[in-house]
Amino acid sequence: MEKILTKEQLHAKVEHCSKCLDEKFNGKDGKKHLVICGGTGCISSHSDEILKHLEELIKEKHLEDKATVNRVGCFGFCSQGPFVKVFPEDRLYRAVKVSDVDRIIQEDIIEGKCITDLLYEDPVTHEKVERQDDINFYKKQQRIALNGCSMINPEQIEEAFGFGAFKGLERALNMSQQEVVDEVLKSGLRGRGGAGFPTGRKWQFALNQQSEDKYVICNGDEGDPGAFMDRSILEGNPVGVIEGMMIAGYAIGAKNGYFYVRAEYPIAVKRLQIAIKQLEEVGLLGDNILGSGFSFRCHIRLGAGAFVCGEETALLNSIEGKRGMPRPRPPFPAVKGLWGKPSIINNVETLADVSWILRNGGDKFAAIGTEKSKGTKVFALGGKVNNVGLVEVPMGTTLRELIFDIGGGIPGGKKFKAIQTGGPSGGCLTEKDLDVEIDFDSLIARGSMMGSGGAIVMDEDNCMVDVAKFYMEFICDESCGKCSPCRIGTKRMLEILTKICDGKGEEKDLTELKELADITKTNSLCALGQTAANPILSTMKNFPEEYEAHVKDKKCPAHVCKSMLKYVIDPEKCKKCSMCARNCPVGAITGEVGKTPFVIDSSKCIKCGLCMSNCHFHAISKQ
Amino acid sequence: MALVNIKIEGKSYQVEDNLTVLQACRKCGYQIPSLCSYMDGKCSLASCRVCLVEVVGARGLVASCAYPVNEGMEIIISSPKAIEARRNSVELILSNHQRNCLQCEKNGKCELLEVSKLVGARDNKFMGQVTDATIDEVAPGIVRNTGKCILCGRCIEACKSIQGIGILGFERRGFKTIVAPAQNRSFASSPCMQCGQCVLVCPTGALMEHSEIANVDKAMKEGKFVVCQVAPAVRAAIAEEFGERIGTNGTKKMIAALHRLGFNRVFDVNFGADLTIMEEGTELLERIKKGGVLPQITSCSPGWINYMEYFYPEVIPNMSTCKSPHQMQGAITKTYFAKSHNLDPKDIYVVSIMPCTAKKYEKSRKEMEVDGIRDVDAVLTTREIAKMIKRSGIIWDRLPEDEEFDQDLLGQYSGAGVIFGVTGGVMEAALRTAYHELTGEDFGKINFEAVRGLKGIREAEIDVKGTKLKVAIASGMNNAKVLLDEVKAGKSPYAFIEIMGCPGGCINGGGQPYVKPMFLPKEDDNILETYREKRASVLYSEDERQVIRQSHNNPDIIKLYKEYLGHPLSEEAERLLHTHYDAHREKYPD
Repeated sequence: MEKILTKEQLHAKVEHCSKCLDEKFNGKDGKKHLVICGGTGCISSHSDEILKHLEELIKEKHLEDKATVNRVGCFGFCSQGPFVKVFPEDRLYRAVKVSDVDRIIQEDIIEGKCITDLLYEDPVTHEKVERQDDINFYKKQQRIALNGCSMINPEQIEEAFGFGAFKGLERALNMSQQEVVDEVLKSGLRGRGGAGFPTGRKWQFALNQQSEDKYVICNGDEGDPGAFMDRSILEGNPVGVIEGMMIAGYAIGAKNGYFYVRAEYPIAVKRLQIAIKQLEEVGLLGDNILGSGFSFRCHIRLGAGAFVCGEETALLNSIEGKRGMPRPRPPFPAVKGLWGKPSIINNVETLADVSWILRNGGDKFAAIGTEKSKGTKVFALGGKVNNVGLVEVPMGTTLRELIFDIGGGIPGGKKFKAIQTGGPSGGCLTEKDLDVEIDFDSLIARGSMMGSGGAIVMDEDNCMVDVAKFYMEFICDESCGKCSPCRIGTKRMLEILTKICDGKGEEKDLTELKELADITKTNSLCALGQTAANPILSTMKNFPEEYEAHVKDKKCPAHVCKSMLKYVIDPEKCKKCSMCARNCPVGAITGEVGKTPFVIDSSKCIKCGLCMSNCHFHAISKQ
Repeated sequence: MALVNIKIEGKSYQVEDNLTVLQACRKCGYQIPSLCSYMDGKCSLASCRVCLVEVVGARGLVASCAYPVNEGMEIIISSPKAIEARRNSVELILSNHQRNCLQCEKNGKCELLEVSKLVGARDNKFMGQVTDATIDEVAPGIVRNTGKCILCGRCIEACKSIQGIGILGFERRGFKTIVAPAQNRSFASSPCMQCGQCVLVCPTGALMEHSEIANVDKAMKEGKFVVCQVAPAVRAAIAEEFGERIGTNGTKKMIAALHRLGFNRVFDVNFGADLTIMEEGTELLERIKKGGVLPQITSCSPGWINYMEYFYPEVIPNMSTCKSPHQMQGAITKTYFAKSHNLDPKDIYVVSIMPCTAKKYEKSRKEMEVDGIRDVDAVLTTREIAKMIKRSGIIWDRLPEDEEFDQDLLGQYSGAGVIFGVTGGVMEAALRTAYHELTGEDFGKINFEAVRGLKGIREAEIDVKGTKLKVAIASGMNNAKVLLDEVKAGKSPYAFIEIMGCPGGCINGGGQPYVKPMFLPKEDDNILETYREKRASVLYSEDERQVIRQSHNNPDIIKLYKEYLGHPLSEEAERLLHTHYDAHREKYPD
């Protein structure tokens, strides 16, 4: 591609690319345009093979002048993937298999028909929905950070140009550094990584520092279990994030930026590498960008899978090649960061928002959201919810909208119990919190936090003590081991939780658990330790009866903790078929086929649940 | 330095603005219990979370060791919240600590125990599983027991900042985290110089010298002819072990104590030091005269030798081939002394009392023997000999001060030997003799002030009646590196370089008494900055008191050469007193 060294060249390029992209979407080129999801989730469901097969068939059937295909980023609705979307009809096929490709070519491309059985079916009305925007999952969403994902090919910067890339940077370059910081301040943007610190203020600190070298770091070390916002943004529109980083670099006076991305995100890393390379080739990364005198280079560092490296000072150590352990603050990174130089660390989503803000104006961003939390937030909605996937909603959306309107409610008609937000550092919110408008402060006020956007829904089958134990196991593994309250405190909490789940809990354990939780919170060095006890504190607060049932009655109300449950066959319902006994791996079930109801010997039973899942007559239950 | 106004417990103070809260509080008369900070109340780790205090307006409690003071700051040390937080951190640390305090070698010197007392740690709080411990007893110098480690990271800092090596680091994560050489290898199979600077800073018994008291006991029990020989630096510090102020000269009481411990002879390694000067000085003059490899570098410090073999084998041609003084003296004891006393060298057991943990390794090097007879059989640190004195019931204060080292062939020594214990001392002793060799007369002022001082690197130009001799001195490997890189690059302007493994020299060796302000309430606030100087002054004043101030004037040395060795660098001297180095060192011998 030709160099883009001046603003005029950029304008020409953007105009050309926008035209090309528009033609694809509105069919003016006389072709159908198919896009296939190329996110990690859909690729693992063979979307790559679907793409390949589509391309082969188009070639084989000489349909090149009738259809084009393109791989794009994540559609967000991951439980329904892989997706194939057809333009100009804006028709969305979901759960497409490789075997469906022939039909898509024949029926849709050649015959121009809609293949209704590949369309999304509303679980309530059972109506087929053709257009993406008409699906409930998408209705309340607003894409800012995910802008461009599922629309453009992340491996071709022309598509990003077509979607408005670099308009934000160009605008920034026409402003003074302070004006850019002011614009971000005006937008009200707060860090999307978890703590919600105002991004503009962070930048201001770094701008105020006098230093030849400063750094912008993009934190892509997304580690919360179940969270994949950053991965999808990087996979879907890497250029948007790079642009955000460049704007940040210009604003604070940095010439170099580092992407710190987990090594477990190979696709994101690859696309980032491609985007950086392409931008370097056209001259949009390097010296004297767009003739403005601003020079910037991007580098990538891979994280080796330590949760704590998402903590910004541990991340800095990791980039420097040291063990990923947090540093005491002050000095703050904005004063003394990477290699002792002023540095800002922004989350992937934050930087994606930045490019949107500079493109569209801080006012526009500030018009979205609540009083103190502006814009949108991406959530990775998971757990016991019908529509699992990536959701971007305006701040101020309620949990009820998130779980029931967008998420489609709880599967199997089960009862909603809690939603864990903020990952291992967050807490559980319950029924009474459902109408809370989600923003940074409202969640903290209710004992949880926004975190990076993990949102795991739990139903009546989840034991909250077990949930707390799960998160504590995670934290215990991931504590860096540096400070004693986190290193030892989390272990002690886990020991107590394990004891309680094993049916050996005593009442004094609950007191000690609370005590340890408070100690870890007040005494730990970094946010990992300071928030480690949140899952315990919030479940203890919201579900005290569950803890008491475990400790006093030695019962797990949700029938999850194995030591306290037993499998029982209802003799009334038992059809004496022996299916349970035949599937029991330890021979704990006896009975005579056709004659006597089968019985489980609890002393032999290992509580694997195979009998229950193999009983066709629902005769076996947990007690 | 600008001043800031702060308040502590509601009272106003003015302090320098570059202090941490911990330092500022100390200056104003408050000692906040802490574990991970060490050298001067400044800490880059803030990991133990013991020194937590409230700072009005700060988010949560702050670690006072890492938090800088600022204008208008209000510090609250004794709020219930802060008191409880400090206690809780200690209780958690104790819950994962191998608590065999009664039998612990560090008993009485353990900062964790002291801090537990200070914060009022409650018994059996937060008990649970204990992290699997690694006990590394393989290395001759240092023993590591991670079961007692509280992961404060002081040793990691010491190794990195003092020696520039960084042998130690955190390994594994979470509850399994330990401090260890890479891959939790033994010190013996890591490029560790065994200097013991890590031992000096360890707050607990996790890092200790490899005790050899039992070996000495055994030799005594077996009726061996046990000869002890004491290094110069020991006398500069041993009194500290018995509650005396730092800088107290313990020579006389030490001699009396050693006589009472049943050693057959109590000798001074100063004799060996004088002998070293004769050999090393002659070696230097030979090199200068014959155009040998220069600069010549000293070889007295076994920690330095370890380091050199691992990291700078290129400088081996520059190394003096002299054994260190106690090895020389051991070799002489088992030959010259044995012969004169009709003793079978096999029956002689030489115990060196040293300020050093690396000497424990040195004495077990395969080169350190003559005809299959080991030069030295055991090395005890200053701390170990103090333990032996204490267990024998001797009351230090009541020891007489009129006894002398045994005067029996190896008895006399010069002031030059004494100052071996401080950085620059070997250089000065060598210069005194070299001056004599080159000019035929003794240097008028005797003292070469130019090579004294505690600065990490020093250089001087000595005018030997027209001949200019450029010399340099470094202690601590971080400093030595600078000189060594020059030597390696062939750009070293010096004729002679003295290198000591520990900063300040042997007075600050890894086997010396611990300097922990916590246990030294009567010492000055800045004792961590001044203790080396105080110990050094003991040696310099001891030197001043001597009648004989130059090694070549020591009558016993003159006699030894006359009766036994012939002359420096003679064939017999080479056989007994010189060694060689390993350019391909990968690990310590098993």
